[in-house]
Amino acid sequence: MKMKKALSAILVAAMTMSMLAGCGGGSDSTSDSGSSEAAESSESGSGGDVFKIGGIGPVTGAAAVYGVAVKNGSELAVKEINEAGGINGVQIEMDYQDDEHDAEKAVNAYNSLKDWGMHALLGTVTSAPCVAVGEVSKDDNIFMLTPSGTAVECVQYDNAFRVCFSDPMQGLESAKYIGENGLATKVAAIYDSSDVYSTGIYEAFVKEAENQDFEVVAAEAFTAEAKTDFSVQLQKAKDAGAELVFLPFYYTEASLVLKQAAGMNYNPIFFGCDGMDGILAVEGFDVDLANNLMFMSPFTPTSEDEMIQKFVTDYKEAYGDTPNQFAADAYDGIYAIKAAMEEADVTPDMSPSDICDAMKEAMVNITIDGVTAKELTWEASGEPSKAPMVVKIEDGDYAVVE
Amino acid sequence: MSFISYLINGISLGSVYAIIALGYTMVYGIAKMLNFAHGDVIMVGAYVVMTAIASAGMSPLAAVLLSIVFCTVLGVVIESVAYRPLLNASSSLAVLITAIGVSYLLQNLALLIFGANTKSFASVVPVPALILAGGSLTIAGETIVTIISCVIIMIGLTLFIKRSKAGQAMLAVSEDKGAAQLMGINVNGTIALTFAIGSALAAVAGVLLCSAYPSLSPYTGAMPGIKAFVAAVFGGIGSIPGALIGGILLGVIEIFGKAYISSQMADAIVFGVLIVVLIVKPTGILGKNIQEKV
Repeated sequence: MKMKKALSAILVAAMTMSMLAGCGGGSDSTSDSGSSEAAESSESGSGGDVFKIGGIGPVTGAAAVYGVAVKNGSELAVKEINEAGGINGVQIEMDYQDDEHDAEKAVNAYNSLKDWGMHALLGTVTSAPCVAVGEVSKDDNIFMLTPSGTAVECVQYDNAFRVCFSDPMQGLESAKYIGENGLATKVAAIYDSSDVYSTGIYEAFVKEAENQDFEVVAAEAFTAEAKTDFSVQLQKAKDAGAELVFLPFYYTEASLVLKQAAGMNYNPIFFGCDGMDGILAVEGFDVDLANNLMFMSPFTPTSEDEMIQKFVTDYKEAYGDTPNQFAADAYDGIYAIKAAMEEADVTPDMSPSDICDAMKEAMVNITIDGVTAKELTWEASGEPSKAPMVVKIEDGDYAVVE
Repeated sequence: MSFISYLINGISLGSVYAIIALGYTMVYGIAKMLNFAHGDVIMVGAYVVMTAIASAGMSPLAAVLLSIVFCTVLGVVIESVAYRPLLNASSSLAVLITAIGVSYLLQNLALLIFGANTKSFASVVPVPALILAGGSLTIAGETIVTIISCVIIMIGLTLFIKRSKAGQAMLAVSEDKGAAQLMGINVNGTIALTFAIGSALAAVAGVLLCSAYPSLSPYTGAMPGIKAFVAAVFGGIGSIPGALIGGILLGVIEIFGKAYISSQMADAIVFGVLIVVLIVKPTGILGKNIQEKV
């Protein structure tokens, strides 16, 4: 009997250890990359005198495609800037932390970056964690620029800016696009009612739809707890005769919607937002299902623009993958931080709060030519000002729709 | 026509819940413990099939059989290593916590081996979709196979328990462990057999679930596991027909709730019905109310 008790105690200990080991492994890998960069930048001469830029995003978990893209895109930009002499001659050091698309973990990551001495934050990648981090960063007055946090609340405080469009902007632009191009007269919308991103786009879409030449014939929701079965939502859209189904949510669920629609012989036009980007990267996904899928995206890797081509080539070389818009947003985000820091003429020995105050004012004065837009500018509200773009998937690849 | 379509989808979803619920209900009936790692065995089963097809190039049928064998062994190993030493522990909480531990262990192992990215699971069901009423009603092949599998499993399991010696031993152990042991039944062996059957069913459920809803991540089993647990309680935990009725009712209520009341409220409706059922009949629909004689 004693033996058994000892054995069970060992087992419990082993399990606890394995769980802890799992956690430890994740943070190890991120801090590894941080410290190796730290070593690099100190070698290049500036010693402890560097700009510390923090990054937060989901490197693992369901939204990992975004987080990894942002990590890679921002690292690429940091490397380029450091090679070209840094920001006003000061090198950048970057530490990128994982939040697994979880608000609580994002705040923890933010706190450890703050302890590290972060001067500015590129993040967070997804909306819900971004809103949570925004709440704490405004109290510390640390400058944050989210590459892809689209919820309105992401930039509700004056220390926060974003590179991408906000949710309502996406909803509004989507409705306008569908209406102005006459894609359909009957439209159904399916959205995730447990997610701020999805709900935000949906609400603006429905509002703008009233001004457009189409009718929303079905509006169906799902929640994070029931996001595998879409048969009912699709059946209702089909019964209502919708020719276009608007899917303002992430690619993981969208891949299921496309599969189930094909299974029930329903072939409307599917139209998504920037969360749809990444669907072609889902392992094992039948890309034929995504043919003719359209979505709003600020970035097309197939564009012939010289700057975009260089970015795509460098990115492929470094990470062996075609960059998506999240990588592009992050790349532009780092350059925006650089531009704002130069405009504000800040130095690493200033406190993060003073840097933030100076950068806030500088943001509205800068204009950058990025890979997500030409003449990208910002308003004091934190919103970017740029032209929208729609992408269509044809034969498993992106094509820009004029 | 959409009513029929909803009904069929509800029964199909419910069939998956029912197959998973069987694992919960059998283990609870016999070992009086809640095996919270059951949902994660489903996920393991699905990963085995995917790996066997994608990496080893096995045929879908062979992959499914391999997955069933793998999960059966896994179930027996979990039982003998993690649960058996604790089954006689003074607190039943110990086993419950261990089960949660096993659940996390499986999820984290899967995270480590397969990564966190959601993968698309290619359906292993070769049955084509059935198109009825001139195209206005389409029944997916997966739906047909799921419902048929559920029926076969239920009949098979009922016959096994009623007709076979091992099945009778299970029944005896579930009624009175001590008395069964006195009658010469190998209690530990019977409990291990229950875990083996439950885990084999989990593998089948995993394949059906992921064929119908083709996405697979280390957390795939968690939510269906909880819903199936609810189904088991709904039908009367410990009762095999109860798991079937509970599972199918849960699936149908979920789909109808979404279709006719509100798609936002689907889960609230499901759990609301559960609360009402439990208030009216605390042991679940088919649960027996056994009076303890002092």
